[in-house]
Amino acid sequence: MTTTPTGTESATARRAVGTAHPRVEGYEKVTGTARYAGEIPFVDLAHGALVLSTVAHGRIVSVDEAGALRMPGVLAVLHHGNAPRIETEYVGFLGAPDPTTAVFQHDRVPTRGWPVALVVAETPEQAAEAAASLEVTYREEPHDTAFRPDHPDAYYPGSTIVGPPVSERGDQSAALAASAFVVDELYETAEMHHSAMEPHAATARWNGGRLEIVDSNQGTVWVASELAKLFSLDLSAIRVRSEHVGGGFGSKGCRAHQVAAVMATTQLRRPVRVVMTRRQTFSLAGHRAPTAQRVRLGADAGGRLLALDHESLNQTATGYEWVEPAALPARTMYNAQAHRTAHRLVRLNVPSPTAMRAPGEAPGSFALESAMDELAERCGIDPVELRVRNDTQVAPGSGKPFTARRLVGCLREGARRFGWEQRTPRSGSTREGRWLIGTGVACASFSARAMPTTAAITAHPDGTYTVHVNAADIGTGARTALTLVAADELGTDTAHVRVRLGDSDLGPAGIAGGSTGTRSWAWAVNLAARELRERLALGADIPPQGITVRSDTTEAVKALGHHERHSFGAQFAEVAVDPDTGEVRVRRMLGVFAAGQIVNPLTARNQLVGGMTWGISMALHEEAVRDARTGGHYSPDLAGYHVAANADVPRVEAYWIDDPDPEDPVGIKGIGEIGTVGAAAAVTNAVWHATGVRQRSLPVRPDRVLAGGAGPTGA
Amino acid sequence: MQTSTSSEITLDVNGEEHALSVDHRTTLLDALRERLDLTGSKKGCDHGQCGACTVLVDGRRTVACLQFAVAAEGREITTVEGLAPEGGALHPVQQAFLDLDGYQCGYCTPGQICSAVAVIEEHAAGWPSAATDDVRPESGASSLTPEEIRERMSGNLCRCGAYVSIVEAVARAADERAADERGAAASTEEAAV
Amino acid sequence: MREFGYRRASDVAGAVALLDADPEARFLGGGTNLVDLMKTGVERPAQLVDVRALPLDGIEVSESGAARIGATVTNSDLAVHSEIRRRWPALAQAVLAGASGQLRNMATVGGNLLQRTRCGYFADVSGPCNKRVPGSGCPAVEGEHHNHAILDATDHCVSVHPSDMGVALAAFDAVVEYETAAGTGELPLADFYLPVGDTPHLETALPPGALITAVTLPPAPVAAHSRYRKVRERASYAFALGSLTAALEVREGTVADVRLAWGAVASRPWRARAAEEVLLGAPAAAATFAAAADAELAAARPLTHNAWKVTLLRNLTVAVLSELAADATGPAADRAAGPAAGPATGPAGGETR
Repeated sequence: MTTTPTGTESATARRAVGTAHPRVEGYEKVTGTARYAGEIPFVDLAHGALVLSTVAHGRIVSVDEAGALRMPGVLAVLHHGNAPRIETEYVGFLGAPDPTTAVFQHDRVPTRGWPVALVVAETPEQAAEAAASLEVTYREEPHDTAFRPDHPDAYYPGSTIVGPPVSERGDQSAALAASAFVVDELYETAEMHHSAMEPHAATARWNGGRLEIVDSNQGTVWVASELAKLFSLDLSAIRVRSEHVGGGFGSKGCRAHQVAAVMATTQLRRPVRVVMTRRQTFSLAGHRAPTAQRVRLGADAGGRLLALDHESLNQTATGYEWVEPAALPARTMYNAQAHRTAHRLVRLNVPSPTAMRAPGEAPGSFALESAMDELAERCGIDPVELRVRNDTQVAPGSGKPFTARRLVGCLREGARRFGWEQRTPRSGSTREGRWLIGTGVACASFSARAMPTTAAITAHPDGTYTVHVNAADIGTGARTALTLVAADELGTDTAHVRVRLGDSDLGPAGIAGGSTGTRSWAWAVNLAARELRERLALGADIPPQGITVRSDTTEAVKALGHHERHSFGAQFAEVAVDPDTGEVRVRRMLGVFAAGQIVNPLTARNQLVGGMTWGISMALHEEAVRDARTGGHYSPDLAGYHVAANADVPRVEAYWIDDPDPEDPVGIKGIGEIGTVGAAAAVTNAVWHATGVRQRSLPVRPDRVLAGGAGPTGA
Repeated sequence: MQTSTSSEITLDVNGEEHALSVDHRTTLLDALRERLDLTGSKKGCDHGQCGACTVLVDGRRTVACLQFAVAAEGREITTVEGLAPEGGALHPVQQAFLDLDGYQCGYCTPGQICSAVAVIEEHAAGWPSAATDDVRPESGASSLTPEEIRERMSGNLCRCGAYVSIVEAVARAADERAADERGAAASTEEAAV
Repeated sequence: MREFGYRRASDVAGAVALLDADPEARFLGGGTNLVDLMKTGVERPAQLVDVRALPLDGIEVSESGAARIGATVTNSDLAVHSEIRRRWPALAQAVLAGASGQLRNMATVGGNLLQRTRCGYFADVSGPCNKRVPGSGCPAVEGEHHNHAILDATDHCVSVHPSDMGVALAAFDAVVEYETAAGTGELPLADFYLPVGDTPHLETALPPGALITAVTLPPAPVAAHSRYRKVRERASYAFALGSLTAALEVREGTVADVRLAWGAVASRPWRARAAEEVLLGAPAAAATFAAAADAELAAARPLTHNAWKVTLLRNLTVAVLSELAADATGPAADRAAGPAAGPATGPAGGETR
């Protein structure tokens, strides 16, 4: 079939897409009958508990396997001394595999919280106690886990997953010298953890010569293909299912629990379930690396940028290179004759970082949008106006024009809805009781990409349809969105469409990540539906097995080429700061986004607001603390690692302006991440406006506010 | 002293009695999930730090992960599966979460819903909260403002960040309950006349 | 978690006897702290004696204004009790500022006083901690301690007591009643917690095997004008960085009676007696409040990263005493807390629905 995109025109009038629709799996979710990975019953199930290293660097000297095997119910102890060897020399979806995933292959311990054993027992209680009691001895070696901006071992990596680590054009020092106003500041973001509500869980078993895994992930083919490479199996010999997923945010790919479960089921020949404890997720499930970012801006008297230099340093593991692409936003957002972005790394004895919701853009936009706010202050120009003046229709990084850039529209619409014109420019000028009040703004962008995907749709004789697409609904509402897309293109009611997803047997598909999921899957569904409708229009009878049409967007996605296709947004926040206690409360937040065709306004609003909530959480709460001497986390749990609670999140509103992508058959760009971008900066810029003091390190804890004093009007 | 580390117990869950032999270490949460196949109650942290395992015990919301099953014998336990009859109409709180999209991934949802059911009852019973300006009884009942809902629902973390919709859903369900009460009161008055 | 026996006690004498018979036994109340610690391996009891069915769940308030609160009263039942809310509003506020609605429905008054520190080193059994393993060392002194003790800590332990309720109980001169196999006894809260010294693992003065049966509060008219404020790293469902219970009675511009206690500053709820001495009889003015805070904080010995808590407690003290003084003299003199400056809540957003 043809896979050439034909624009947003559709043979049938859109009815479902763009109309609010409750989640199609909503009944299951509100009644508790939606089953997640650790909840599918298996006969003869055994339970595995991972044992993690308690030293930050060294070698395993011994594992008391015999002692553990004497404990009640214990079936097996897997460790580097007895585990099967697996293949780790391959290039996977995210490059070389994260060595944390390739468990029990050697005696080296590069970080605290490294998986050193799996204890399998008849019951979860027995496994947990045997794992806690397992005696592992180590020979310790010196470690370094202290991330700091001036770390002497920082280096420029050879490449990143998003292109070259450095981009440079023009003469920075000349442009800075010619600038009327200069900002040169260091911004720091904390180590953050995805903390999906459902911890990672997988059950593995062999069934008729195939390896079956019930898992919680962001892409079943992704996980299946990594496992196939690790265990040297044919991809067709593995089936991974992941029907309901309790959040992912970048952490749910191939990880230690699946690999350990496969090893255990292979040895024991019975189903084995491995569930990470909440604490274990802090070292096994990846994290957003802390960053130290220096941003230098130079502008003329009118606030127009002459120089922009954004350099970011992040930590990575000793055996795994992950660049947090925090300087990326500068390649999209603002142009200058001298323009430089750069990324550096420092290898520490820390667990492997990975992508986390809006990788690069979330921490990077905090730094860049904070710096822009400081520039506005120095120039005496309204922060909205400064950003409007520096709008560009050409991407600074590539020099190519944007397919669409409605940033100014977002700023104007946001300012109007937020009531920005009533703002007093001076900081520290508004007080209500014990609270200083301030407002702030920041901009957002996120790239709009697509991944090759296959789909199949079957028309049944009863007039209903089944859509088969290996999507992952990790809470995005993908199942519902794809139902709407299919219904429109098939010219039927949404009630007549069933979507099956989350099963690697459904075939290759993009993952739920990078804001590409719904766009990628909807594209394939749209194409299959379109051809199926044409086929049905010929009037043939539908046989009992139905009529099935397949689609594959591989060629179409390839044909997209490299364009500067992005979503944009403007974030506004109002905060209250108690200068006596350092408490910061966000009072309201408002975002306006130009983010392609919105498929389901009900779930889209929720997802954008959820992203903004992440911004509040990043700005005020989230911080994984590491003890430099032990190399381990301090309180790695949900009492020690604070994510925003309900009381932290006020009225948050998300709006969008018309921005359908002309090259996508449904007009989608993707909205999973854009809501988070810029949100933290909007909050901290508002904190400055309230107090007159810049907060350049996240999170803005009470002690940091108190340390900063309260500016001109403080107590 | 030699004591048994397991017991034969009966758990009263959603109006049904379940006879079980439990390892004393088995939490109420694990008994529900692993033994009774009631997996609606979720394990988000297993340490009372997230609220995903919220169930009602003797009508009050509690976290099931910090209770041992053996200690729950003799108590009436209601899980999310017990809020609405099977195949019947949803509980108004469930319906509000569904209609107003009070969730995303759904993993915290059963806990949120069980918590919300209790929050509405607690508020109706006149319980103050940390968001209540004046806790003294003379101050009268506070209304269930969004701020009150946020504070009262703060024991249920939602990492997807669906709090705004959750608050809207709880508010709607609370309004419906209040309207029902007014209606019931009005019809009682009518009957009295 | 280690395997354990389980017994449910039906009367106090039986509960005490069961515990007496087994040195590795623990009382199980609401379980919100003990079960958590058993999961992390900090506690490894061989037997649990469940005391929740004991007839200790009543609250009595006498006409003279004294209260007797049973040990198994849940936090929720304490916080909603109308006489507690009327006579000791800060106690109700303190309880409501703690944990979550779910946990408050489980946690008991006795258990609240006995809860262990939330120091991350204490909870991490793979590392040292003098409170958990005497003599193993205190990593917090040189490590993470931005929320550790500023008062009465030693090099052996710098952890803080996490209770909110306890801060109000300390302010209101609570007395702890207990029972052992040898009989009953009582301890004023001021003597209930032991100084840290070089034995941080010894936390209370309760005799071995004692079961807390009740907490009593003497009459205190000043408590009707009281407030609890708590500062934490999110707006709810987090332990305190600093908290305060204050009760203030002002007559003709002079402090006629006062109670002041702080939370999250020491290994126990901290009664600020030095501050109270400065306040009593002094003008009810910001300068007095600051001087009072300074008097109490003169003994503060902060570490490298927690000196900010000295500022926090000073500011909190001045702010809350000022609010109470304003309430006592202003138009809202009959109210313990006005909506314009409510306790421990977010700022008013002008929001309606």
